[in-house]
Amino acid sequence: MDWTPLILTFKLSVVTTVILFVISIPLANWLAYSKSKLKPIIETLVSMPLVLPPTVLGFYLLIAFSPSNAFGKWLDESIGLNMIFSFEGLVFASVIYSLPFMVHPIQSGLSNLSEGLKEASYVLGKSKTETLFKVLLPNIKPSILSGIVLAFAHTIGEFGVVLMIGGNIPGETKVASIAIYDEVEALNYSAANSYSLVLFIVTFSILFAVYLFNGGYIKRFWG
Amino acid sequence: MINLTLQKQLNGVNGPLQLDVNLDIEKGAFISIYGLSGSGKTSVLRMIAGLMSPDKGSIQVADEVWFDAAKSIDKAPQKRNVGFVFQDYTLFPNMNVEGQLKYALRKEDDPSVVDELLEIMDIGQLKSTYPRTLSGGQKQRVALARALVQKPSLLLLDEPFSALDRGMRSRLQDYVLQAHKVFGLTTIMVSHDVAEIYKMSDQTIVLEEGRVAKQGKPQGVFANHEVSGKFQFTGEVVSIEEQGFLLIIFILIGSDFVKVIGSRDEVGPLKVGDRVMVASKAFNPIVKIINP
Repeated sequence: MDWTPLILTFKLSVVTTVILFVISIPLANWLAYSKSKLKPIIETLVSMPLVLPPTVLGFYLLIAFSPSNAFGKWLDESIGLNMIFSFEGLVFASVIYSLPFMVHPIQSGLSNLSEGLKEASYVLGKSKTETLFKVLLPNIKPSILSGIVLAFAHTIGEFGVVLMIGGNIPGETKVASIAIYDEVEALNYSAANSYSLVLFIVTFSILFAVYLFNGGYIKRFWG
Repeated sequence: MINLTLQKQLNGVNGPLQLDVNLDIEKGAFISIYGLSGSGKTSVLRMIAGLMSPDKGSIQVADEVWFDAAKSIDKAPQKRNVGFVFQDYTLFPNMNVEGQLKYALRKEDDPSVVDELLEIMDIGQLKSTYPRTLSGGQKQRVALARALVQKPSLLLLDEPFSALDRGMRSRLQDYVLQAHKVFGLTTIMVSHDVAEIYKMSDQTIVLEEGRVAKQGKPQGVFANHEVSGKFQFTGEVVSIEEQGFLLIIFILIGSDFVKVIGSRDEVGPLKVGDRVMVASKAFNPIVKIINP
């Protein structure tokens, strides 16, 4: 069995999750507490990937980054970044596509925290940033864990958006989900089965671990 | 000297409320604010701490202006140096007792104040305990200690003892009084417990519907209605039985049923569900100690 597609899948998921984590914390914090008029628009945009067919997202990204139009050409010529049929393009698309899976749990975790915690910290003279990192985030660890895991698992399961913008280049954009499709097309069922089984077991284990942790089972049985 | 002029439109439990409060508070005083729920007591504290902005008015503490609507000055809560003990304590669940106090330290503070406060509040043995395993009284002491770490000039207490039983309450009142003296604080406490106000405060302010209805020494303020020769309760009529020319009226006062006898002439038109006041002269009461 060729492990390259699986390794690529996990590389993509790790990179995507790290980037998502960094941008989701300020974004979720803003969404949880902002009273801005822009908030409903941003909230809608963040949630769009939940309902939009991945092919639609992939299609527009393909159009936007195509070297045959101005923006794609400029990206290519100025910083040498080619987003079409490349790993970088996959990462970008995955970040957008999995954004709600990271933002929503963190946002709802923050909104469910008592307002008093924040106020108590402010009265003690602590800035908003210090309060966020030392008081708020440490008290929503389960939500953060959910966000990380859901974003990771969702990126593993990506298919449509990857197919549209990444294509099927071995070692560059041919992730496991694409490889499975490819093998089935070639009537190579045993290879498709190997990939599928690995994905099945890995995603099951990840989600199972989260439910164990967040449900308090680990503490109850082994703590 | 603290000088407050506060005006704000509030949306209380009983509909909109126009808060309009003018107060001068002496440095070092222990002030209590008394009033029914929804009278705007907590809002006054929140405005002093900077957690809520008044619509109009000003807040001046010593010679610093914390808020002035006319000059658009509104200092952030971070810069006001007040200690605030919230009604529900708001301890940080992710920090142990010592952690809570250390978090409150500023860079320039001497860290030895943490140990000093752990000692004063008798919580040294709980240093590495997390809030979820503390009792109500312990949480209260931690919250108080945390509020004092920065040696604030002004301590704000929002019904600090309301969730505690009598015995614990009395001990904690002593802790607060001790802290008030030791640290030379100016303290403002919201409370609806008259006994507590008597015990602790020099001055009391009665808020009614967002306005100062009375102010002065607790003895003077409460003399007319709370301290008098009669008992007085309010309750709800649960049922009325007519027996000849007498009425037997069942009234629910708090969680107790009281049976009262009256005549039609005396009580007038009375129906089930009416809110009533029940009063009796206290010339021959039975007084019994019921402390646990």
